[in-house]
Amino acid sequence: MSEHIVPPSTYFAVWAALLILLGATIGLAYFPLGPLNVVAAITIAFAKAILIVLFFMQVKYKARMMAVFVCAGLFWLAIMFSLTMGDYMTRSWLPHPTEWVGEMPK
Amino acid sequence: MAMRAEHQFDDIEQQRDAAYTGMWVFLSTEVLFFGAVFFAYILYRGLYYQAFVQGSRELSIWMGGLNTAILLCSSLFMALAVHAAQRGRTNQLVMYLIITEIVGAVFLGIKFLEYYQHYKDHLIPGMGFGYGGANANRVELFMVFYFILTGMHAVHMIIGLGVLSALAILATRGKFEGGYYDPVDIGGLYWHFVDIVWVFIFPLLYLVKRTGV
Repeated sequence: MSEHIVPPSTYFAVWAALLILLGATIGLAYFPLGPLNVVAAITIAFAKAILIVLFFMQVKYKARMMAVFVCAGLFWLAIMFSLTMGDYMTRSWLPHPTEWVGEMPK
Repeated sequence: MAMRAEHQFDDIEQQRDAAYTGMWVFLSTEVLFFGAVFFAYILYRGLYYQAFVQGSRELSIWMGGLNTAILLCSSLFMALAVHAAQRGRTNQLVMYLIITEIVGAVFLGIKFLEYYQHYKDHLIPGMGFGYGGANANRVELFMVFYFILTGMHAVHMIIGLGVLSALAILATRGKFEGGYYDPVDIGGLYWHFVDIVWVFIFPLLYLVKRTGV
């Protein structure tokens, strides 16, 4: 993949967008949206992260293969999230076996 | 000075892509490192939501927000430093690296002031923790997550300052002339990654719930 030099004007535009998103995330936090508050905050955080990865970290201008490496960390993180949540969220579905209840063995 | 790739690479582009790819592999492990703490945080936030709302309101949204803006600015300067390196402008490169470091140091200074405020408010877990309201134990747990996440982030920032200092010194010695600037490129990746970590820390810790009770 040949080298691609990004013009500084692109960096300034991305920087401005990031600051606007920061203002938006602080502003939205003071609007009572119920559960949507956290959805908005995380969505904006991901939008900022994607802007940084694509432009500041120049992934947009690299070979497609690079996207595999970029997404690898998130992929393994998703596995950890889903397996662990699969445990925590289903613990109350079944009663504890009776022999587990009672005094701890000495 | 003509530029030659190391002997194991076909050409200079392959060498550059190898360095870049290797850095992303390392950053993937960093995603998992911070991701595990974020995940534990999310789990306990679900369990003790009210206490985490209380804890979050003990943090200064203005200091956190200002620090986010400062980090975003430092990333801009880092991107401009890489640009200067690509253009082979050594003086500009050194200048932008130093500006990035100064902005990063301001971030750490504000972070230190925040920590000092928590110390005065008796909000440091294990050091005479004295939260006045309800759910004190669970608020303490929130503060544990706060100090682990922001503390590990600060450690990464300090390492980043060391990396940038080394790059600036190498640049003044003319190591990044003639088209070779891979260390600047991957040092920049590290700096931007630490910025991204803060982009997630800020809403998760500072903005848990700012409206209502």
